[in-house]
Amino acid sequence: MITILVFLPLLTALVAGLGGRVIGHTAAKALTTGGLFVSAALAWVIFTGFWLNDTAGYTVPVLDWIESGGLSVKWALKVDTLTAVMLVVVTSVSALVHLYSWGYMEEDPSQSRFFAYLSLFTFAMLMLVTADNLVQMFFGWEGVGLASYLLIGFWYHKPSANAAAIKAFVVNRVGDFGFSLGIFGTFLVFGTVSIDAILAAVPQHSGQTFSFLGSQVDVMTCLCLLLFVGAMGKSAQLGLHTWLPDAMEGPTPVSALIHAATMVTAGVFMVCRLSPMFEASPTAQAVVCVIGACTALFAATVGMVQNDIKRVIAYSTCSQLGYMFFAAGSGAYGAAMFHLFTHAFFKALLFLGAGSVIHAMHHEQDMRFYGGLRKHIPITFWMMTIGTLALTGFFFTAGYYSKDAILEAAFASGTSHGTFAFFVGALVAALTSFYSWRLVFLTFFGKPRWAGSEHIQHAAHGDHGHGHDDHHAHDHAHDDGTAGYHPHESPLAMLVPLFVLGTGALLAGWVWHESFVGAEEGAGFWRGSLAFREHLMHAMHEVPAWVVYTPSVAFFLGLGLAWHVFLNKPSIPIWWQKEVPGLYQFLLRKWYFDELYDAIFVKPAQWLGRQFWTRGDQQTIDRFGPNGAADMVVVGAGLARRFQTGYVYSYALVMLVGLAAAAAWMMR
Amino acid sequence: MILSFMILLPVVAALVVATLPGADAERAGRARVVALATTLVEFALGIWLWTQFDQTTAAFQFTENLPLFAPFLNWSLGIDGIALMLIELSVFLMPLCILASWVAVKKRVPEYMAAFLLMESLMIGTFAARDMFLFYLFFEGGLIPMFLIIGIWGGARRIYASYKFFLYTLLGSVLMLVAMLWMVNFAGSADIGVLSRTDFPKEAQFWLFLAFFASFAVKMPMWPVHTWLPDAHVEAPTAGSVILAGVLLKLGGYGFIRFSLPMFPDASAQLIWLVFGLSMVAVVYTSLVALVQQDMKKLIAYSSVAHMAFVTSGLFALNTQGIEGAMVMMLSHGLVSGALFLCVGVIYDRLHTREIGRYGGLADTMPKYALVLLFFTMASVGLPATSGFVAEFLVLLGMYQTSTWATFVLTTGIILGAAYMLWLYARVAYGKAAGDDTRAMPDLSPREIAILVPIILATLWMGIYPKSFQAPMKPAIAEVVARLEGRELATVPTDMTLSPALPAIAAPAHAAESHH
Repeated sequence: MITILVFLPLLTALVAGLGGRVIGHTAAKALTTGGLFVSAALAWVIFTGFWLNDTAGYTVPVLDWIESGGLSVKWALKVDTLTAVMLVVVTSVSALVHLYSWGYMEEDPSQSRFFAYLSLFTFAMLMLVTADNLVQMFFGWEGVGLASYLLIGFWYHKPSANAAAIKAFVVNRVGDFGFSLGIFGTFLVFGTVSIDAILAAVPQHSGQTFSFLGSQVDVMTCLCLLLFVGAMGKSAQLGLHTWLPDAMEGPTPVSALIHAATMVTAGVFMVCRLSPMFEASPTAQAVVCVIGACTALFAATVGMVQNDIKRVIAYSTCSQLGYMFFAAGSGAYGAAMFHLFTHAFFKALLFLGAGSVIHAMHHEQDMRFYGGLRKHIPITFWMMTIGTLALTGFFFTAGYYSKDAILEAAFASGTSHGTFAFFVGALVAALTSFYSWRLVFLTFFGKPRWAGSEHIQHAAHGDHGHGHDDHHAHDHAHDDGTAGYHPHESPLAMLVPLFVLGTGALLAGWVWHESFVGAEEGAGFWRGSLAFREHLMHAMHEVPAWVVYTPSVAFFLGLGLAWHVFLNKPSIPIWWQKEVPGLYQFLLRKWYFDELYDAIFVKPAQWLGRQFWTRGDQQTIDRFGPNGAADMVVVGAGLARRFQTGYVYSYALVMLVGLAAAAAWMMR
Repeated sequence: MILSFMILLPVVAALVVATLPGADAERAGRARVVALATTLVEFALGIWLWTQFDQTTAAFQFTENLPLFAPFLNWSLGIDGIALMLIELSVFLMPLCILASWVAVKKRVPEYMAAFLLMESLMIGTFAARDMFLFYLFFEGGLIPMFLIIGIWGGARRIYASYKFFLYTLLGSVLMLVAMLWMVNFAGSADIGVLSRTDFPKEAQFWLFLAFFASFAVKMPMWPVHTWLPDAHVEAPTAGSVILAGVLLKLGGYGFIRFSLPMFPDASAQLIWLVFGLSMVAVVYTSLVALVQQDMKKLIAYSSVAHMAFVTSGLFALNTQGIEGAMVMMLSHGLVSGALFLCVGVIYDRLHTREIGRYGGLADTMPKYALVLLFFTMASVGLPATSGFVAEFLVLLGMYQTSTWATFVLTTGIILGAAYMLWLYARVAYGKAAGDDTRAMPDLSPREIAILVPIILATLWMGIYPKSFQAPMKPAIAEVVARLEGRELATVPTDMTLSPALPAIAAPAHAAESHH
């Protein structure tokens, strides 16, 4: 069953990708989407087995892969509770995104290619979550990176999309650099790359030291941190986050699937999968926790001022991933996975909702040109509102359960970094509420501000009709800010996924919170597939009352402030931009990370490359090497020509003379 | 006799091709057919060789011995797994090269085909030779057809390029020959098998190692004797580049594993700092240089230098993973960079320029081509499931056990490699076409697809199930590793210390202590 689940998307991807021209768009789309729904159905069957029954974890071997000396790597599919959770997330969101894309990508001339990439991505992601060894995980890791690269650059005519695709791949490679070194180190220490064998051997290696880059370091700390660098790259944590916002160049369904629900959570999954290793190194845990908290804060602050609707959600994703990491760093791996699970529903919902808005607004993504849309696209509005409620942690929505669990666990962990993460997390909860409601208010409330948008003007005045009264558009002035444009609600193929995800965003937390983070049920649910600290889960329920109420207070603070600033007194943001331009620019420019990296990595690399090439190769090595030799040996152009054309013979001669000398010397 | 036959058949075919009667056009057509048929027969023989090969032993197989000028130069042939796989690589690439030159080469076609056939013979000879002087003849002789191919059918600066190639190789080969003479004098035999079991005095090993190193380092090429390679590639015709990258660059690596490691094990262990040092510089240096290239072939040539640095460092990791990884890297690089040069050739044939800026938007106009190029780009950056990953992974895994510093620096290569290859791909395939002539280029022809698809399949096979390729080489590599076992490592960059103790090859106590 698991074999079909994993390889069906690969098969459909190959058929749709290589044979798309032969079988046509509709067949390619039907094939990939159908395949994914089959996989999703199987995934729910598997998950239910782990959730309601006591199915034992198992591993299905597929093929031998790399064997060398003591190293033995196999292709194999490992299934346990942790995997089952990921299977459900990946296949469900993927199937819905496939369906959604029928509507969203309807007019695109390379639809088959798009669907093939989506299915290919899903295959790689499934290989990642079913990996039974670190190398296969790395295969999935790079495979999703490839699919992400292809999908970000899907509209490859846009230079910005190309740049974003390369950036995503290369920044992820920086993470992979750490991941690889982590794998090598793990093999050196454990003598195996099999995850089960490694985790079983953690106790006997914990506390050992080994030499890394010339200094003696703690084995577990070093390995965990190296592996975590990989997780940081994939999950866009502070320092290696710069690719994620740019990745929004890809079509919106891609953002929902890859850059919100699945791929970016791979880092969290990896930390949870290897949680017994991280448990063996308090230092590594502290680092994970602090980096997670800092990312959550950083991304939330930047998200407050972005104008592009997708970028706001992208920073929100980055920030929520920070939550998952500080949960893991506090030892609450179940809570991290729980937030990963609920986040997949509501963040995919928000992205697909944003896609619906963008679709309605003729590819305008700038929220400054939105406004008043709730009357025009009511279904999208309500679904986005549900997503926002879940994201900001409104009572009894999915995010309410998971975010509370994380904050309480961080507080209850009792460590200094846990406490730090709690306070940062509480602040970020308020910021989250603020920027999320800002998005809703700017998009759906107020008066239409569409007239300023080039996309809308193009649509309203353009020759390809978008509304029945296009030809009236320039006859009379529209002083209501609509520019005569009439947004339309999206087709059913796009709305059905919104309904399904909306249901998940409302109910997933309520249904599953006992299983994922319950003190009693949790251990029985995870069954050793991650390090589950029962006493921490107990402690979570005994935190002071003010800790319990903090997230709700943060929710209302953010909501109230957003309402006041963007609906009640819209002059405040403009005043603020004028009065504190430094801070505003600092946030708008994303803390100047891109500029910094450009100055310290990109520019110097190119400069060095040119120096090595001209000064090194041409002016030094060649000058004193072959060219210098020629100058010494040969005087005059005529001689040179004769020498150069005759060199083959000279060479043969030298060789033969050499051999003759050899023979002579031997026979002396 | 099979090996002799495989060596002599192309020679005969070359003679036939060169002396074909008839008018020019007629001769050209016949020469192509004869060359293709011959290389296909060679390929079939190669496959037969593989099926008949006993994968359980490190001993030389298919041996034959004809005392030519005994005891100094014998027609003594035989292959172990390492030689077998490199022969497979050669006979696999050869028919593809002939096909790739089918229409691109118009000048002196029979001579061109004859040069390629001759080269095939010499390459097989190099890998099959069991006599050191016979090896030397093939090894150095193999370069002569390459000089001719570059010098006659090359681009504008072909004379300069082949001259540079010549000057570099000359110096190395003279030193190697002197070393060989000394060795034969010492051991009383030129048989490679005997020499591999001879324990040369440690001081002598040092000098012998350096003499061989001078030759092999140039052939690899290692930094800083690499500057002939970009020029040679740029000027060589497409098929010439394929053979240069695919097979000739493997001669240096083959030399290291056939001679340097087993014959001078102490010197190898003592001088790993030299190899690691040069390899580390090479990866960073040439990757950065590749980043700023405007010429496609130069870019790929520089990337080859970086990849070859993985081969040298893998070999000198002196353990099973490192050496097996280096061998897979040689095979993988032969396929992938050969294919990349073929890809460049495809568009060069259409637009007659190698300047990256003249292309763009090929994903629109040449979708099949864009897909193939994407595949090889990804194989070149070592994406898992392609052969490049298996190679890089094993090399780095092996090196990590010998030196974390060297691994750390070499692993940066995966970041830089992704940067320059993806940027190349974006400039060629994405964006908008640079001009109308670029837009008018037709997509891959059936002939071109027939050339590229076999390489794709081989690359995937090696990436997903490398066992098929590794199995024949394992016994031979195990023997090399056994020779190296227990040698005293250089004290400089090793940090193979894991508390309480790491059982691996020779982590001498003083090496560990030197860190404190």
